[in-house]
Amino acid sequence: MQGSATAPKRAIRSLPLVMAGLVTLAGCISVEAPDKPIVIELNINIRQEVIYRLAEDAGNTIEENAEIF
Amino acid sequence: MESVVKGFGMNRKFVRKMALAAAGFALAAGGLAGTAYAQRDPAYEAARESGKVGEKMDGYLGIVTASTPELQRMVNDINIKRRAVYAQKAQTANATLEEYALTAGCIAIARTKPGEKYQAPDGSWQTRTSAPPQRDSRCPA
Repeated sequence: MQGSATAPKRAIRSLPLVMAGLVTLAGCISVEAPDKPIVIELNINIRQEVIYRLAEDAGNTIEENAEIF
Repeated sequence: MESVVKGFGMNRKFVRKMALAAAGFALAAGGLAGTAYAQRDPAYEAARESGKVGEKMDGYLGIVTASTPELQRMVNDINIKRRAVYAQKAQTANATLEEYALTAGCIAIARTKPGEKYQAPDGSWQTRTSAPPQRDSRCPA
């Protein structure tokens, strides 16, 4: 009587552990670091209006970091 | 007992004086560090003046003539620092690193002094004269 009551309880209790294990395993399988660096050429897509918007800020940055410019 | 209290009083005054002196010294040191921070390294300044390095269109420093390991190290060091600054500022300005770097390149080329080298839109190295530099058509005035 006592034995038959504890067995399902134990199974229920261990269920989250098993699921956590499965999730971890699934994560290990699906996540893979790319072996080649991803290079995206953005230079062509930079628009003049963006450069104009950033001009004043970039000018201040150059003055603030004069030792590397 | 009294002498002990007096002793404490002296100590307190002394501690306060020392704290003030330390604060003053820290301020003076900060001021000195501030001025030193804003200057180019002499080796970098010399490399610019002699045309060994120049400003590229992309916002980074380039080697114009024959490269030496020492020169390469200096250029890499500056470019790594520039990249870090661009990345931080680009994020604040809600722009990409490349956008910000290209904009800084426009301005850095515009601010070159006569005799210094810069990269023209065709990719060639040019010597800055008193005339405006050849820049990307997207560069601000």
